[in-house]
Amino acid sequence: MFNYNFRWNQALNSLPQMLEGALVTMEIAVLSMAIGITIAIVLTLFRLSGIRALSAVAATWVEIARNTPALFQIYMVHFGLGGFGIHLSPYLSLLIGIAFNNAGYLAENFRGALKAIPETQTRAARSLGMTPIQAFHNVIMPQMLRISFLPMTNQMVWAILMTSLGAVVAMNTDLYGVTSDLNARTFRTFELFAIAAVIFYLITKAITLSARLVAARLFRY
Amino acid sequence: MIEIENVRKSFGPLEVLKGINLTVAKGEVLTVIGGSGSGKSTLLTCINGLEAIDSGRILVDGIEVHAKGTNLNKLRQKIGIVFQQWNAFPHLTVLENVMLAQVKVLKRSRAQAEAEAVKQLNHVGLSDKLAVYPARLSGGQQQRMAIARALAMSPDYMLFDEVTSALDPQLVGEVLDTLRMLASEGMTMICVTHEMKFAREVSDRVAFFHKGVMAEIAPPEQLFGAPKDPELQKFLAATH
Repeated sequence: MFNYNFRWNQALNSLPQMLEGALVTMEIAVLSMAIGITIAIVLTLFRLSGIRALSAVAATWVEIARNTPALFQIYMVHFGLGGFGIHLSPYLSLLIGIAFNNAGYLAENFRGALKAIPETQTRAARSLGMTPIQAFHNVIMPQMLRISFLPMTNQMVWAILMTSLGAVVAMNTDLYGVTSDLNARTFRTFELFAIAAVIFYLITKAITLSARLVAARLFRY
Repeated sequence: MIEIENVRKSFGPLEVLKGINLTVAKGEVLTVIGGSGSGKSTLLTCINGLEAIDSGRILVDGIEVHAKGTNLNKLRQKIGIVFQQWNAFPHLTVLENVMLAQVKVLKRSRAQAEAEAVKQLNHVGLSDKLAVYPARLSGGQQQRMAIARALAMSPDYMLFDEVTSALDPQLVGEVLDTLRMLASEGMTMICVTHEMKFAREVSDRVAFFHKGVMAEIAPPEQLFGAPKDPELQKFLAATH
């Protein structure tokens, strides 16, 4: 019943290709986080603006991003928009899909963080003559980013893992895509995916560890 | 000069300022005393436009604070305010706390801002704490930092809203000393306070607020020595 012959050497020969895939995976994760954080800050400002239409946009975004499968979100970017004649490459679809998801989760994290910052901080900043934007940018946002730093790290890990969902849009240059193609050609399924899993694990571990170092360096207060 | 003309202000059904008339001249030190809920703190936040008013008007150097076209951010540069909760910016060092608004609001160069910050922190006795984060400071030190932060904006007026009320008793003295120093240097100040001894010593005039009305205003010897308003008499009897 168990007569599978491990051929690690054959699989390990593919390691260089897989590492290249890992680079693409990291690139997508980093870009999707950069875009996600930027959009999340904008959504947070929308919510703070007190303008109904803007907070409705933010609330809708957060609801969809958090309450539908990430896989559907990526699928919709690729095939859903495709229906309207907007054809994006698998790479872009995956990047935008993950960024959409990141923005939703991060906006919610930021909202929680804002609740932890006393209202009097804004008052103090405003009474020094700062405009609302200056007060947010110089006083509130740095504190907000600190409070949500750990959740942001989690989201970054999640972004790395979400790249494997590129499978639904035929993405084949990231770690999952490369592994899957190699598998189709060699059928060394167990070995290939075990190696890919280890690479995923090492990347996410590296992220959590370096986040800890960055936090120690950044947040000395 | 700060001119307050028949100012009224309500929070919902509660009228906290019932027609206040008051003029504070350049160089004057006015302290405001009264029970909690008497409207004295609200008046301060109305003067720098943090709170809207319902009617009447407030003029600072002839500029109407609550008029539509008034640039409040600009006006607030003239009026420093320090609150009961000192509101240090926790993510910045003491020096950076005092530099921030100078750079962002007054557009001073970092070098200029730093020089001014060092000067003001020195002034309030914190010159050895420049690189420290506020979390490492005592309440009294944080409050003095907040005073330095306001002073660094080179304001013409300083408003103090119960700045010692949230402090441990043994830390009150150092903050009051800082206020005394400012008063002796000729700063125009309005201090809302519960420190009667302090009010008696530093004030040119003392105003007593009761239930949204300025019940009595007089030089300290007169107000504390021969209070006329019956509520003030009760208040002083209770606080002495």
